[in-house]
Amino acid sequence: MANVVGTPLKRKEDPRLLTGNGRFSDDIQLPGMLHAAILRSPHAHAHIKKINAEAALKLPQVVAVYTGKDLEGKIGPIPSSWLVPDCNLKEAPQYPLAIDRVRYVGDGVALVIAEDRYAVRDALDLIDVEYEALPAAVRQKEAMQEGAPLVHDDIEHNIALHWKAGEIADEVLESAEVVVRESFYVQRVFPSPIETRAAIGEYNPGSGELTLWCTSQNPHIHRMVLSGVLGISEAKLRVIAPDMGGGFGGKIGVYPDEALIGYAARDLGRPVKWIEQRSEHFTASNAGRDEVIDVELYGQRDGALTAIRVKNTANLGAYLSTMGPGVATIDFGLMITGAYDIPHASCETFGVYTNTTPTDAYRGAGKPEATYQIERIIDLYAREIGMDPVELRRKNFAPKEAFPYTNAQGLIYDSGDYEKPLQKALEIVNYEQLRQEQEEMRKQGKLIGVGISTYVELCGFGPSKVAGAIGFQGGVWENSTVRVHPSGKVTVYSGTSPHGQGHATTFGQIVADKLGIPMDDIELVFSDTRAISMSWGTYGSRSTPVGGAAVAIAADRVVEKAKKIAAHELEAAADDIIFESGIFQVKGVPGQQRTFQEIAKAANMAWNLPEGMEPSLEAQSFFDPENFVYPFGTHIVVVEVDKETGEIQMKRYVCVDDVGRVINPLTAEGQVHGGIAQGVGQALWEGAVYSSEGQLLSGTLMDYTLPKARFFPPIESSFTETPSPVNPLGAKGVGETGTTASIPAVMNAVMDALKPYGVKDIDMPLTPEKVWRVIQEGEGN
Amino acid sequence: MIPVKFDYVHAATVDQAIKLMQDSDGTGKVIAGGHSLLPLMKFRLTEPDVLIDISRIDQLKEVKVEGERLIVGALVTHHDASKHPLIQAHVPLLADTASQIGDLQIRNRGTIGGNLAHADPAADLPAAAFALDAEIIIQGEDGEERMSVDSFIIGPLITMLPENSLVTGVSFSIPPSHAKSVYLKYFHPASGYPVVGVAAMAGTDKAGAIDYIKVALTGVGDVAFRAESVEQTLLGQKPSEKMIREAARLAAEEGEMGSDLFASAEYRENLCKVYTERALRSILL
Amino acid sequence: MAIENRKVTVTVNGQERSAEVEPRKLLVHYLRDDLGLTGTHIGCDTSQCGACTIMVNGAAVKSCTMLAVQADKSELTTVEGLGTIDHLHPMQQSFWEEHGLQCGYCTPGVMMAMIGLLQENPNPSEEEIREGMEGVICRCTGYQFIVSAVQKAAKIMAEAAAKDGEAVAASQLVGEGTHRG
Repeated sequence: MANVVGTPLKRKEDPRLLTGNGRFSDDIQLPGMLHAAILRSPHAHAHIKKINAEAALKLPQVVAVYTGKDLEGKIGPIPSSWLVPDCNLKEAPQYPLAIDRVRYVGDGVALVIAEDRYAVRDALDLIDVEYEALPAAVRQKEAMQEGAPLVHDDIEHNIALHWKAGEIADEVLESAEVVVRESFYVQRVFPSPIETRAAIGEYNPGSGELTLWCTSQNPHIHRMVLSGVLGISEAKLRVIAPDMGGGFGGKIGVYPDEALIGYAARDLGRPVKWIEQRSEHFTASNAGRDEVIDVELYGQRDGALTAIRVKNTANLGAYLSTMGPGVATIDFGLMITGAYDIPHASCETFGVYTNTTPTDAYRGAGKPEATYQIERIIDLYAREIGMDPVELRRKNFAPKEAFPYTNAQGLIYDSGDYEKPLQKALEIVNYEQLRQEQEEMRKQGKLIGVGISTYVELCGFGPSKVAGAIGFQGGVWENSTVRVHPSGKVTVYSGTSPHGQGHATTFGQIVADKLGIPMDDIELVFSDTRAISMSWGTYGSRSTPVGGAAVAIAADRVVEKAKKIAAHELEAAADDIIFESGIFQVKGVPGQQRTFQEIAKAANMAWNLPEGMEPSLEAQSFFDPENFVYPFGTHIVVVEVDKETGEIQMKRYVCVDDVGRVINPLTAEGQVHGGIAQGVGQALWEGAVYSSEGQLLSGTLMDYTLPKARFFPPIESSFTETPSPVNPLGAKGVGETGTTASIPAVMNAVMDALKPYGVKDIDMPLTPEKVWRVIQEGEGN
Repeated sequence: MIPVKFDYVHAATVDQAIKLMQDSDGTGKVIAGGHSLLPLMKFRLTEPDVLIDISRIDQLKEVKVEGERLIVGALVTHHDASKHPLIQAHVPLLADTASQIGDLQIRNRGTIGGNLAHADPAADLPAAAFALDAEIIIQGEDGEERMSVDSFIIGPLITMLPENSLVTGVSFSIPPSHAKSVYLKYFHPASGYPVVGVAAMAGTDKAGAIDYIKVALTGVGDVAFRAESVEQTLLGQKPSEKMIREAARLAAEEGEMGSDLFASAEYRENLCKVYTERALRSILL
Repeated sequence: MAIENRKVTVTVNGQERSAEVEPRKLLVHYLRDDLGLTGTHIGCDTSQCGACTIMVNGAAVKSCTMLAVQADKSELTTVEGLGTIDHLHPMQQSFWEEHGLQCGYCTPGVMMAMIGLLQENPNPSEEEIREGMEGVICRCTGYQFIVSAVQKAAKIMAEAAAKDGEAVAASQLVGEGTHRG
């Protein structure tokens, strides 16, 4: 049987999804099920004076209304899961419903339960809340000022954390011939999976078991956190993530809402369903980014970069989200040198409380921001010294020979060859010719820009001992069980929790090759804490390099045991058994063989096993990688800017990514495309807009632009393969590369197009009006 | 996304619809395609007690020529308007505009009458309606009346539609056969509404001078408007790049520029000029 | 004010179904909650995302922006009526082969909208496909493989239509899955 790893197999999960046979949260109907809705604060900051729910309770179909006061002492606060050490971290308790004060528009105020989804919506309008509005702290730099309104009274200057990494000696800075400084704003955006969040709780009073179906990228983290919050044994709390319509980080967080639904289901003794509305999602679900990044890049006239000094002021929102504290610190601050061998680096991060929705990990989480600042500032540096941006990058790349390469912040990049994808991308785009064409077009008055990003990102979380050292409240190993049934059909359990990535296919490919069986003989099970022992979920592009590796190891263990059984049956030594394409053979004795299916049967029947061997054929693995993985690559974007309107048209998008060994080129490319769409979205269209009072002005899909099909040219994507040494697959993560790389690539292209006007930076998103204004100013109008 | 409770009745005829409106005592609203009304109702921004569904009154789906005018029934969908042979032949500007409204699903449900009766300041259709000297045909308690579109739409979501009456159709003037037309739109990237939409028609006489020109803009402010300064500047002139550019500079003269998250008044004014220029170039040069 | 529920009867995927609903019930909720046809999804509340797109009397429509009572006596096709797992509709087959979906949540609506596009324009250019997707949002794929899928589906459907005459294209729309629902 031909190996399937590395081939573009169609996905196993698709026929189900294509025929309407998916089972998403809102598809779940349980007997006697109630519907929930959450009344949310219309104020960014206010005291709750009084809540009157009498009118709502009089509606015949309304079953219950809970307020924050009702739940005091019954549900604990929702803790953050990333308590970054040595940064004076101040965690303010977030109760599932606000008790006496609301701290952002969208903060939960009351939980309403009714017989159907229409009635519960009616009830929301009948709850009368008396607020006393308070001044709000909205933007991070202002929120840190003396006299700014305090989000939490006991947290001075709203500073949730102050983190530092790396120091640069004064002599290093002083000896630089060139310093380029810029302040970048990586604006707040919304993950916006097309399926909003949801939770369904069902309590069995007989067994005392609470089952919670919820939109979670990490059901085991949800179980771990919620068992504490709800005061229920992990053994009696079952969390299931049904089919999910995307996540992008927005479904990592353990939110108050899931706790409320679990509580209500137990309290009322009936199943309760909550489905977030799209406009609710904009304020009730964690946002991404929102970081003001001040960068200084130091070096010599010849292009040798010597130091980078960065300050990140991050808006964490009103409470610390599940991953929030780690994003602008660890994820960002250790990656500020990017793909470059810059010997000195320092990063200082302020995490600031504001009266806005909390921010959390969003596709890339810290790495897009880190990549953004280095890839943008290196372009400005190139401009400053009059060097081609490609040449400057090449000159400073961490050299191929240096891998594993330790960057200035102490991270060890597992493997890399940055020249390889760069060269390939330059060839595809025909860089020399492109630059000539650009010159000619400029002469004709056309604004053509070429933007490059040669990124590297940290992903594949990761070694657990490192997780512990950086304050992550969990391990980050993965777990898999490969269970062989008597027929030789196989069920594979994995702790990762896919929601569009296609793990059933890629992991199936891994197992198919390992066991020499057809893909159709393999079923994958994910996302259910009852079926899968402890695990850490899907985020940080970790599923294949960690979860997939665990699957591979478990499959190897199955083979190992199967070989012993085959050896026993064939009366040979285990070392003499060769296993290939599903057949066990005695070395040098053709014809002496057993099929995988025969061994599966023998193992399960256990009629004749080697002395002392336990029956059955099943193996579990717990894989804790020795390091993170560091995918890299080059993205090149060509844009044309309309001088008269500022509209930006992407003419070409070329990317060459190196994500280590590619398991399935089709799904890998799909991940790249999707990542790019979200990164380009951030660069050009997406952006939260808050009023100075903390009202979200871009709170519907009428105002907040999710990229549409007609915005994109065809993406010309390909891969190079530099295997990772830190897992048995050689694979790196692919989910976040597109987003990480594309934001600066697009921005650099537009800045390049606008170079004749001397502009160095425009805040994202690059709405046509902003671009038009720059052109107007440049034209002297 | 869930409206408040309401009752729902079908009207089999226009007279019955008017009777039902009278019965509802001002609390009823007429629904056809629902693509203007239901989005507002889902956000509870409007809460009628009763919806009077006129979508099955077949006589409101007719398209016919009446002398120099084309009558389009109120219930003709945007999709059908964009494909209808009479509309394509006589008022291609309307077909062109209708083909760019919203998206293909919206065009399958939204109706010409409903769109204009809703008077959304961001709608596409008013530009064509203003350019085509549209008259709104209204059936009321005292019979039929016709109101020019500029006197019908008086503000954002505000019309002069009398109580207990119904838009039954729209009458468009048929432009001379030598006039070319275009609807050029700058899509709002999220909503798909026009940030500016320019409806332009123009023709030249045998000597090459512009003898017919209509330009109307929508999306930029509270109501659509005719760019009369542009029309007057160009009428009688031979079209040239320079002439069009100069005339297009006046595109925002008659309008009040609005401002929102996406585009300021100043930027909208620029878009009016640029899009008017491009629209006129495409049909005159 | 007492508002009576209404009996709404539709022919969905070839089968007559009915349920008593409030006049305010949205068609998408009627399909999902009353008829159990959960393949049609909801992604927004402003009629933007198109995840709820179905066919009403042969035209692609956002079922979140239509009342169930408005659909009374209509012919509906939902994703469940396109093809079966064993016999996929050309649009489904092409989405599968071209990796036109990731999470699969927007997919039923996107496929319905694209069938609507192909009805109007059986051989669309890449640009026309992208413009035709104005009324759908996919957050996973970056659209490129959706475009490839629609191109492939268009080709298959055109070939089938050429082979068997015009009746086929129409019958493909309400395909093997019509017994379900």
